[in-house]
Amino acid sequence: MILLIQYTLIFASVLTLVALGGCFSEHSGVINLGLEGVMVMGALGGALMLKNMAGKPFVLIVLSVLAASALAGLLYTILLAVACINFKADQTLVGTALNILSTAAATVAVKALNMAENPDNVSSTIAYGPAKKAFIVKIGRFQFNWCMAVAITALIIAFVVLYKTKFGLRLQACGENPQAADSVGINVYKMRWAGVLISGALGGLGGIVYITAGVSEWKFETGVAGFGFLALAVMIFGQWKPINIGLAALLFGFFRALSNVYSGFDFLARLKLPGSIYNMMPYIISLIVLAFTSRNSRAPKAEGIPYDKGSR
Amino acid sequence: MSGKKRFLEYGAVQAILAAVLCIIAGLFIGFIVLLLINPAGAWNGIVTIVKNFLNYPSKPAALKYLGNTLVKTAPLLMCALSINFCYKTGLFNIGAAGQYVVGAGACLYAALGLKMPWYVCILFAMVAGALWGCLVGLLKAYANVNEVIAGIMLNWIGLYLVNMLLSRVKEQASPYTEQISAVNSAALLPTMGLDTLFTKNKYVTLAVPLAILIAIVIWVVLNKTLFGYEVRATGFNKEAARYAGMNEKRNVVLTLVIGGMLAALGAAFLYLSGYEQWSCTQSSVPAMGFNGIAATFLGGLNPIGTIFSSYFIQHITSGGSYLDKSIYPSQISDLITAIIIYLCGFVLFFKLSLNKYLAAKKESASGRNREEGGKAS
Repeated sequence: MILLIQYTLIFASVLTLVALGGCFSEHSGVINLGLEGVMVMGALGGALMLKNMAGKPFVLIVLSVLAASALAGLLYTILLAVACINFKADQTLVGTALNILSTAAATVAVKALNMAENPDNVSSTIAYGPAKKAFIVKIGRFQFNWCMAVAITALIIAFVVLYKTKFGLRLQACGENPQAADSVGINVYKMRWAGVLISGALGGLGGIVYITAGVSEWKFETGVAGFGFLALAVMIFGQWKPINIGLAALLFGFFRALSNVYSGFDFLARLKLPGSIYNMMPYIISLIVLAFTSRNSRAPKAEGIPYDKGSR
Repeated sequence: MSGKKRFLEYGAVQAILAAVLCIIAGLFIGFIVLLLINPAGAWNGIVTIVKNFLNYPSKPAALKYLGNTLVKTAPLLMCALSINFCYKTGLFNIGAAGQYVVGAGACLYAALGLKMPWYVCILFAMVAGALWGCLVGLLKAYANVNEVIAGIMLNWIGLYLVNMLLSRVKEQASPYTEQISAVNSAALLPTMGLDTLFTKNKYVTLAVPLAILIAIVIWVVLNKTLFGYEVRATGFNKEAARYAGMNEKRNVVLTLVIGGMLAALGAAFLYLSGYEQWSCTQSSVPAMGFNGIAATFLGGLNPIGTIFSSYFIQHITSGGSYLDKSIYPSQISDLITAIIIYLCGFVLFFKLSLNKYLAAKKESASGRNREEGGKAS
């Protein structure tokens, strides 16, 4: 039971971080379908840092790893921002390109690094092993992970920034009605860049939390298994509002956690369902949830439409 | 003013120009990555990728491996056509990957489990793909679910389902499905003598010409039929299409059903040739559906152009496997493909700028002497 709560919280943290990323980007008016890829890049940056920092004091490890993954995610979304904001590219196409690019690039990078270290090692796996213990504080049998604290902090900051600051309100204006925002002197391009870059940093953080959640090594060929898209589903279910996103993330996190720990429950184990059923669960749930919540969606009105100063 | 169009003003010329630029830029970035990993072999590496089957010095061997590339081009082309067709309605069918997966599951189970002949297996695949596409379409049309997110979810659901289903017909000692040729050779696609053209490459089947034929049919349907017109009209402006009396919800569902069928047919083309076996433990969705996106956009969203772009994408993907694996990872090809998809995002902007430039030039030229303005740049 404790294990289930622990996994639920950690997966909910991932979903919260990434969904908040999507939330910032969409409120500025850009659909970031590349979050899946951003997660992979963040995971790559964080994992490399984690591997190099092994043996250092834990505060240093935690901070540097989080910084590395956020930075990796942020740098990677520059590709999306340039294409979608300045060159008015199709946001769906570019987002998809980023997803495909990230897995390929991460695989090539990790393989090249592994081969440089040891010519016989042609795998795309990074083992960070014991270093990830830095993130964990044991409270009884429950393993508290610092990432949970990061997710909650991000949630509170996101709420304050979006609703209580000038920046947040301006950002949302650019996603609702960019022409009106422009007419009162807000630089729409700048705000959208800000929204997209924030989504990159948050997505990157989500990436490192995801790969360190259950295992101590990661094979980058597999990417992050649709988690970036689950986060988008969480964002839609949460109606683009931070607090609702946090709650939605708990629900989805629970179903994802089940697939890790179902064998520990007697009544579930007795059903003898194949493991694949539990693996499918989060995706099925999200489809059902989306089917019921998308009709009255409160998506930012101008999202997905490139802003052109000349048109009105 | 109206007169003859200048060479650069033709849509087809612009599309080809854009595609060539994307390819060159993609290969160039791939080359830089090779340089970063190991400068000594970089040039050889990129040449190896581009040469693909020509790496074999003997002509029969090269022909045989050209056949292998074609065998994998057919499914890629089908996935690309699926995405292309749906994109005309304004739908981004990233679920093609999942429709491909369920197609593979259905045809392999029909072949290995139910021992059906090949044409029934194809039918199974098409029904499964249509169903998978239909789900996305219904969700999109009646519940307003973003088709990309629904597609991705169904990709994963499909993968786990197919892994479960095909575990029942897998080999005892390996995670792979049984070989069709050993269990039920009636399920293999007929070669119709095509194998002799490619140095007895038995995997070259009816699928290759059929895929090209389907591409042409899709072009005709899109451009010469009422349904195709409605599809394109819905893509241009959904509200206008509805106002003109078109049933846009039905068209959305129907397009995705057809898209699903096409992608699933692609899977049948590959797996019923016996070229590959399904691995029941695979934990990621096959790349075929995603590479289809590259082929679609590289082909300028034109079914005929897609034939060539699909071949090119498969050509460099196959070429990647000839890289010296002790120096370079073969995924360099995937990287180049991904970069090409990314660059395709800039094509619209490129065309706009080009047209603006041409129009400005024309205007200034019409002011001046005629003969001066007539020269192409």
